[in-house]
Amino acid sequence: MHWGWEVLRAIVGTVIIFSGVAVIAAMFGVLLERKISAWMQSRLGPKHVGPQGLLQTVADTIKLLQKENIVPSRADRLIFASAVVIVPLAALLDYVVIPFGTTRWGPLIFRDLNIGVLYFAATSSLVVIGILMAGWGSNNKYALLGGLRSAAQLVTYEVPIGVVLVTVALMAGSLSTVTIVNGQAGAHHLWYVLQQPVAFVIFLIAATAEVNRVPFDLVEAESELVAGYFSEYSGMRFALFQLGEYGEMFAMAAMAVTLFLGGWLGFSFLPAVLWFVIKLYAVIFVFMWVRWTYPRFRIDQMLNFSWKVLIPVSVLNLVVTAFFVIVR
Amino acid sequence: MLLDWGYVAIFALIGAGMVVLPLLIIWLISPRSNYPQKFETYESGVPTIGQAWSQFHVRYYLFTLVFVIFDVEIIYLYPWAVVARHLGALAFWEMLVFLVVLVLGLAYAWRRGALEWT
Repeated sequence: MHWGWEVLRAIVGTVIIFSGVAVIAAMFGVLLERKISAWMQSRLGPKHVGPQGLLQTVADTIKLLQKENIVPSRADRLIFASAVVIVPLAALLDYVVIPFGTTRWGPLIFRDLNIGVLYFAATSSLVVIGILMAGWGSNNKYALLGGLRSAAQLVTYEVPIGVVLVTVALMAGSLSTVTIVNGQAGAHHLWYVLQQPVAFVIFLIAATAEVNRVPFDLVEAESELVAGYFSEYSGMRFALFQLGEYGEMFAMAAMAVTLFLGGWLGFSFLPAVLWFVIKLYAVIFVFMWVRWTYPRFRIDQMLNFSWKVLIPVSVLNLVVTAFFVIVR
Repeated sequence: MLLDWGYVAIFALIGAGMVVLPLLIIWLISPRSNYPQKFETYESGVPTIGQAWSQFHVRYYLFTLVFVIFDVEIIYLYPWAVVARHLGALAFWEMLVFLVVLVLGLAYAWRRGALEWT
């Protein structure tokens, strides 16, 4: 009975998180992206489906559901088909350790793993395997170039993210995300963004690179690589890649909120979950704002920026933090 | 502890099922038509020449190699970060030595041009 209860809880939690991410991150995220892009370019954006175009992505999804699934005749069918499952699954695995809020029964989290931060670092880098498989399996030169660039970019920006995660874990003295949020509560403990502004900026930059967004979008640079690694995918498979991409973006933003912006903490006149959502969308807005502000990096600039600027600075930041935390 | 990973395993299994579900739906309802041009590789509308499975630049391999070294070393920092507070000054100086060796490695790779995109 006890085990059955736990399994039921896990299944219900999984279904809620998956459908929540699919609706809120992917569907609403795409709409938000289009609306904000339109706003920044003095356009109106989607306007006709539903009130103020709110149902645009729902209509798009229904359209994509009716489309044929084309597998190019020269592609490696097995790798081509399984990449589609790996990318969104890897992105969604991140959500296991993200605390969405707190209730009187305890924090609202799928599972508070004691190595939460390390788990996040591991799952968020799984996406690169799916992207490489998609690029290689398509047997398309554009897709292969996109996949290779993606591998180089993701592994390069994995290192500063890892060092930043260690810095935050050092501040909190724990790898559990709930403990990290609690470490930012109270009058004497500021949000880590105030104590660690350098780490926060590095995390935001590296997160932008990890989710392949402008200015680090040379993985799917439209003007040179068609759509990069998912050039050959059509219909629902394309939609699943979009789910993976936006799911990963929301996961990174949620992690930035958890690590640096105090997670669910806020003033008591709004519920904790609402504070989390407000901060999450503020970070998402920054991602979208950056997209329409900066031009794309060249690949050598992109790699140099991480290896020669971000990594030395983040290691230095770690040493200074360690000095103040341990030696004082 | 085991329970935690049971939760993660259920998440991964049910999650894989939920990702495969829409693929099953389109397999059932999507239209199908066959004409050979449709299954051509997408490359600017002209017949494709050669395979994409060919040689690619060795630079990608070099960067990945440097990454592996760094990522493995960062793994050692995680347990240190959790307990460092209780170990006192010795933990700081020992990790400083470790990080200096790490940065020397980066400087070596930089100097030898492994970080140049040429």
